[in-house]
Amino acid sequence: MATQRVRIRRSTPPFNPSEAPEEPEELLEITLRVNGTEHDLEVPGRRLLSDALRHDLGLTGTHVGCEHGVCGACTVLVDGRPSRSCLMFAATAQGHEITTVEGLARPDGTLGPVQQAFVECHGLQCGFCTPGFLTTITAYLEENPDPTQEEAREAIAGNLCRCTGYQNIVRSVCRAAELRREGEQQ
Amino acid sequence: MSTRSVGDRVQRKEDPRLVSGQGHYLDDLSQHALAAAFVRSPHAHARITDIDVSGALDVQGVVAVWTWEDLDQTHEAAGQPLPMLIPHPSITAPFTAYALAKETVHHVGEAVAMVVATDRYLAEDAAQRVRVEYEVLPAVVGVETARAAEHLVHEGAPGNVGAYFEQELGEPGPRIDAAPHVLELDLDIQRSASMPLEGKGVAARWDPELRMLRMHSSTQTATGLRAAVAAKLGLSLSQVEVIVPDVGGGFGVKINHPWPEEICVAAAALRMQTEIKWVEDRREHFISSAHERQMLQHVRVGFDDDGVILGMEADVWHDHGAYLPYGVIVPLNTVTHIPGPYRLKNFRVSFTSLYTTTVIVTPYRGAGRPQAAFLMERTMDAIAAELGLDRTAVRSANFIQPQEFPWDIGMLLQDGRLGIYDSGDFPASLDKLKALIGWEEFEAYREQARAEGRQVGIGLGCYVEGTGAGPYEGAHIEVETSGRINVATGLTTQGQGHQTVFAQIVADELGVPLDDVHVTTGDTRAMAYSVGTWGSRGAVMSGNAMLLTARKLKERALRIAADALEANPDDLEIVDGIISVRGAPEATIPLRTVAVLANPLRYAFDESAKAATQFGGKADETKPPIPEEDRPGLEETQFFSPVRTTFANGMHAAIVETDPQTAEITVLRYAVVHDCGPMLNPMIVEGQVYGGVAQGIGGALYEKMEYDADGQLLNASFMDFLMPFSTEVPHIETDHLETPSPLNPLGIKGAGEAGTIPVAAAIASAISDAEGFAVTRMPISPSDLWHLRASRRTDRTDRTDRTDQTDQTEES
Repeated sequence: MATQRVRIRRSTPPFNPSEAPEEPEELLEITLRVNGTEHDLEVPGRRLLSDALRHDLGLTGTHVGCEHGVCGACTVLVDGRPSRSCLMFAATAQGHEITTVEGLARPDGTLGPVQQAFVECHGLQCGFCTPGFLTTITAYLEENPDPTQEEAREAIAGNLCRCTGYQNIVRSVCRAAELRREGEQQ
Repeated sequence: MSTRSVGDRVQRKEDPRLVSGQGHYLDDLSQHALAAAFVRSPHAHARITDIDVSGALDVQGVVAVWTWEDLDQTHEAAGQPLPMLIPHPSITAPFTAYALAKETVHHVGEAVAMVVATDRYLAEDAAQRVRVEYEVLPAVVGVETARAAEHLVHEGAPGNVGAYFEQELGEPGPRIDAAPHVLELDLDIQRSASMPLEGKGVAARWDPELRMLRMHSSTQTATGLRAAVAAKLGLSLSQVEVIVPDVGGGFGVKINHPWPEEICVAAAALRMQTEIKWVEDRREHFISSAHERQMLQHVRVGFDDDGVILGMEADVWHDHGAYLPYGVIVPLNTVTHIPGPYRLKNFRVSFTSLYTTTVIVTPYRGAGRPQAAFLMERTMDAIAAELGLDRTAVRSANFIQPQEFPWDIGMLLQDGRLGIYDSGDFPASLDKLKALIGWEEFEAYREQARAEGRQVGIGLGCYVEGTGAGPYEGAHIEVETSGRINVATGLTTQGQGHQTVFAQIVADELGVPLDDVHVTTGDTRAMAYSVGTWGSRGAVMSGNAMLLTARKLKERALRIAADALEANPDDLEIVDGIISVRGAPEATIPLRTVAVLANPLRYAFDESAKAATQFGGKADETKPPIPEEDRPGLEETQFFSPVRTTFANGMHAAIVETDPQTAEITVLRYAVVHDCGPMLNPMIVEGQVYGGVAQGIGGALYEKMEYDADGQLLNASFMDFLMPFSTEVPHIETDHLETPSPLNPLGIKGAGEAGTIPVAAAIASAISDAEGFAVTRMPISPSDLWHLRASRRTDRTDRTDRTDQTDQTEES
């Protein structure tokens, strides 16, 4: 067997980063306003918003399912509009109001109407795609506070769920609309 | 009386956490760990001639670059191929991968090197700078190419055959030959994949002081992974802990273990004495995890004028990909589930499981059974078409009758035990299904649709599913002195609501509020004996273990309480966590106080402990503080190990519309009748059915791995590999039949995979009905259907003056 392996240098620890020959990546100083709180952070220009939220700010509720904008698990609200945080650089989110799943609770800390509806209607199983649905539906109900079942189904058609078969998510959208209206009446 | 919750639509205990962003999935953990990224083969089949990692080491932040030699140097076993997890006598050529390729790669995506860096971005930068030189070898893609064996995937697998299995019951050949009618069918099912929204991932931390490896993994088996890693790294079992956090879906793919990355990350954590994490990206999941479903099938069946099958032969060719780490569970499930709900006494079946230079195959929800249902149900439809009979009538003529249970199918199942149907009532299920979908009214609807220029069809699919396979699961229940009840079982959870249903069982049996019960799954520290979550077994196995453990714990609690209350244990009951004498409600003792009494203490660290010290109450001076053969603490462990597997069953029906011009296929209605025995939580069972059907619809209409002849996966992204969104999944109507299983105290049968199994068969049946010709290949896209129509038109023209000898048809 003529397998040749060439490894010019091996560097299992102890490892001294100062020996590394390449220049470190340039960092940008940015401020992200997330769920009403401002965070100052230094990130490379290429850092994705999803990674900044999850790994720099520790807001791990936003999930990453595909990293190419199809599944919708990473959806957050940017100025109230659903946006794929895996398709956005953290630096470009500066100056915008970001809402993640952690920010959907009511001011008293109890579950918001969409969250509550998901619990009541069994709108989740593994829960991984759920934050993306919750943020998407929260924004949708601002636009259409009283959707039909068909409208509800259309509203969630940009998010993939592999567990629930969507039936109970459709129910959750309608139930959330009810809970919102009940909340307004109180 | 305490409210019983088993059988109720109890809201899930796990949900408030998960809807608040407070879940803990693998990538939410170990935020400060070093990050691993893998260099993967761009070729389907190639010999590695050189690896140069020098460029990668120049990247700022890179800590190490590993190739196969590093694994070998970590421990001899780590440099050996991964284990063949489930050896089966049919396996003639067992090949498994190295955790990092040693000399040859056998599929695009196979891991060749690992980069560890301070940050995932940097690790990926560096991975791109690892230079690997390959000598490309011929790719082998698809069943037909593998079967032709012009090129071999592994030199040691002649004909590319990894396994061959054949079983014969009765005398099928002569019975078919003598039958009034004989049909032959060729069927074809394509590759799909579990595709959980969360990919795989692993984090490993070596604690140099304790000399312990702690791993978190997005796996379906904590104990299996623990044992595998210990064996590969030369650690004692007691040096390895595996904890499975929230898992973002599994559907089978996460049962395989150890994955190459789990070994690499654990080995590097051990060598570097640090913490390392790897999280799979979506492309990696497509090209380096696992797929399923691909199979060619040939059926020969003989039957009488009523459609009763007199003899049947089925041969299937299964594409299991480049390696066989999980054995032949998939094709074995296929062949053992072909009989379905039907009497099949003269039956020969074989599978040939073939190597190809594509991603490995491990079970995907249904695990070989959708292929079995497709084979059998397409056969039933073909018989009906041949005889001009109603498709439900042919099925009825072949059903095993309710009084015939237990029914021995005469084959050993995937667990090596007898396949004996425990319970069911197929005629009753079919009646329910026909009522639910409106089978009898459909012809009127068809006419009405036709008048509107629409083309509709109805179809059905029946199945049985071996569920709740052993060997065992266990439960541990502990009552804290606060009244909190900690429950643990070793199997993992990935969305099935285990924290709720297991709590329901324990709360009911102990007579305590549901909120007091807290369930832990998939943590080897809490329960070191377990098998894992697969094959619709969670509720049957761990659920019954919960029941047995709770019973034993209750017996012990009542014995201790009886001493304290000076009563007979038989006269005691527990309601809402309070033990009282029946008929004498003033004599009570809370269960939490029994937990205090069960643990005589020396030290008073809190008020309840104070009561348990040697000065805390009256003592019987004639007895030791802990009676002989007893032990401190109010806790119990029990295991449930069934003699054999349970069999759930069900029937699905679909109404579809096919566009006469565009061949667009729309599922208008979908109905499911499901029998998994008594439902612990109907809301959760239905949720499993809905999700299963959605995956089945994906398999019927959309999901297909498109490989080119060179073994490149052309659609390795969510943009290109289609899975159903909400707009592709119809509303699903459900009905249930509850025939209890005699094989376990809860009488339950599994429900996890039920929704998926007959969907492709039912939809193929409905499309065939709409189109007037048999659909024999799934999934079927609009363009597939369009081409099928076109080829049939051409075919008809071609054979106007020829006798048709080849076509298997169900045209009526």
